[in-house]
Amino acid sequence: MGKTVLVQPTGTGPVQSTGKKPRGQRIKEFFIDFRRQWELQSMILPGIIFMFIFCYIPIYGLSIAFKNYTVIDTLDSAPWVGLDNFKIIISDKYFWDSVVNTLGISFLKLAVGFVIPIILAIMIYEVSIGRFKKFVQTISYLPHFLSWIVLGGMLITWFSTSGLLNEVLLGLGLISQPQNILLDPSKYWWIATLSDIWKEAGWGTILYLAVMSKIDPTYYEAAKIDGASRLRQIWNITLPNMKMIISLNLILTVSGLLGSNLDQTLVLMNSQNREKAEVINSYVYRMGMTQGDFSYATAVGLGVSIISVILLVTANKVTSKLNDNQSVL
Amino acid sequence: MNLKAAKGDLDSKIFDTINIILLVVFTIIIVVPLWNVVVSSFSSGRALAEGGFIFWPKELSLENYQAVFRDTGIWQAFFISVAKTVIGVITHVFFCAMVGYGLSKKYVRGRKFYVAMGVITMFFSGGMIPTYLLIKSLGLLNTFWVYIIPALLSFYDVIILMNFFRNVPDSLEESAKIDGGGDWRVFLSIFIPLSMPAMATIALFNGVGQWNDFMTTKLYITDQSLYPLQMMLYEIIVQSQTQSMQNIGSVAIQTTTKGVQLATIVVTTLPIVVMYPILQRYFISGMMLGAVKE
Repeated sequence: MGKTVLVQPTGTGPVQSTGKKPRGQRIKEFFIDFRRQWELQSMILPGIIFMFIFCYIPIYGLSIAFKNYTVIDTLDSAPWVGLDNFKIIISDKYFWDSVVNTLGISFLKLAVGFVIPIILAIMIYEVSIGRFKKFVQTISYLPHFLSWIVLGGMLITWFSTSGLLNEVLLGLGLISQPQNILLDPSKYWWIATLSDIWKEAGWGTILYLAVMSKIDPTYYEAAKIDGASRLRQIWNITLPNMKMIISLNLILTVSGLLGSNLDQTLVLMNSQNREKAEVINSYVYRMGMTQGDFSYATAVGLGVSIISVILLVTANKVTSKLNDNQSVL
Repeated sequence: MNLKAAKGDLDSKIFDTINIILLVVFTIIIVVPLWNVVVSSFSSGRALAEGGFIFWPKELSLENYQAVFRDTGIWQAFFISVAKTVIGVITHVFFCAMVGYGLSKKYVRGRKFYVAMGVITMFFSGGMIPTYLLIKSLGLLNTFWVYIIPALLSFYDVIILMNFFRNVPDSLEESAKIDGGGDWRVFLSIFIPLSMPAMATIALFNGVGQWNDFMTTKLYITDQSLYPLQMMLYEIIVQSQTQSMQNIGSVAIQTTTKGVQLATIVVTTLPIVVMYPILQRYFISGMMLGAVKE
């Protein structure tokens, strides 16, 4: 719509502006245009008002991180305390425990979970039987659409002492006594990681498959004539073509290292495994919503998001160096 | 040369066979646990108490479902889930389309400012506590509207629709304007019908999100009559966890809870599975739409 609209019976088009005009006249023109476009403006402004209320007011509300907010205060009447809340964070053992858990789970997810969708996507791409390919895709995307509450309920059933996992392990003679691994803190990181992979690995292939479908098929034909094996074709053709999308995903994963899945944590955490299950998000939830320490919880959340931004920028710099100075973002 | 080609064919066949076997194993890993939940939910409480690997309903019975539906809570929760999904999706799609249509016209005054304001919201947010305080001061705590109003707009969806509207040929709009239609009429009678595929994609993703969402309830709702299915399931899970951990209640009570939990899981997931074939048709095109940013 960059062109001038030919017919403007309702007068929505711009007043033709050529060259520089004095400021007063520009403002006047702005209001004239604005009135002529009232129909379009009346569509946009509700959205702007919405964003002001639901996005910008909470951003302003972050100021309580520097205040001592209690239930009787309003946002503005609460006294300023500067960086006091942030100083408490530094000596808060429970906070640091949650950082260790968050990083531990994130690194496991990165180490194990990052390559699985890539391998899976390549495997699906290599299937030449159309029906089978579709079948695998249909099945593999399904878990993504289950909620974490549903999956959590399933996991609790499977892991219970009379559940699927114990039956299988007992049957194979790997254990002699049934035990509920959800109550064992030392196993929690793996449960969180593997259940996440089970749920999202298939869905993670979609973008990779989309990129692979754009690869020129003549590359493969030429490679075949040269006698390159299938594995070699994957290594020399498929993977190099996915370099950009893989780096992009890697950057996003690294910048999300301090993020965690609150739904997953809330449903899988219990009083027995809390020491290993509490992540930053759930700690913010507990401090703020359960204990009512709004200022402190906000300070934790704000501090963590600032570090996440730093991570994002650093990850982008590092990968752009690896990608011959082409920035992915 | 022929030998080499033949060897290549053989290698290729081996590769294909291994590949397919691995993919079959992968689908089994996904399907078997899900199948186990479904058939277990149709098994009798006694069979569940016995345990053992269940691949086919043991002592086929509907007692778990009867127990679930006898509890009137689930009908209420089901109603809330459906209502918040349907109302939430319709209002979200319409609101995003309206804003996106306005912004799709390049000559709109203030457009740069509006778009900048929107893009900022995609990267920054106040987070859990400031948002909670806002919702509280707006009086939305413990109301049905907390499911709908804060979820009205996502600027990401606005951008997708804006780009879609921009690709509609100008001539359609011009002819409508000759007939004396204003922007609202053009939007409602031409652009909305034309954009059904894009809007359906957004509606489906948003619908799954609404159906599966439980954080909104956990944060803002304490009134049980406003609990959707997901929250009800969560409560059942927490309850059964506590029981099995502290060994409260007899084995009979514990297995009833287990049966109820399984049946609730199936009831909660059923609408997603029913919608899944339709969903699948749209989500690939949806990912493509999302990839085309401004």
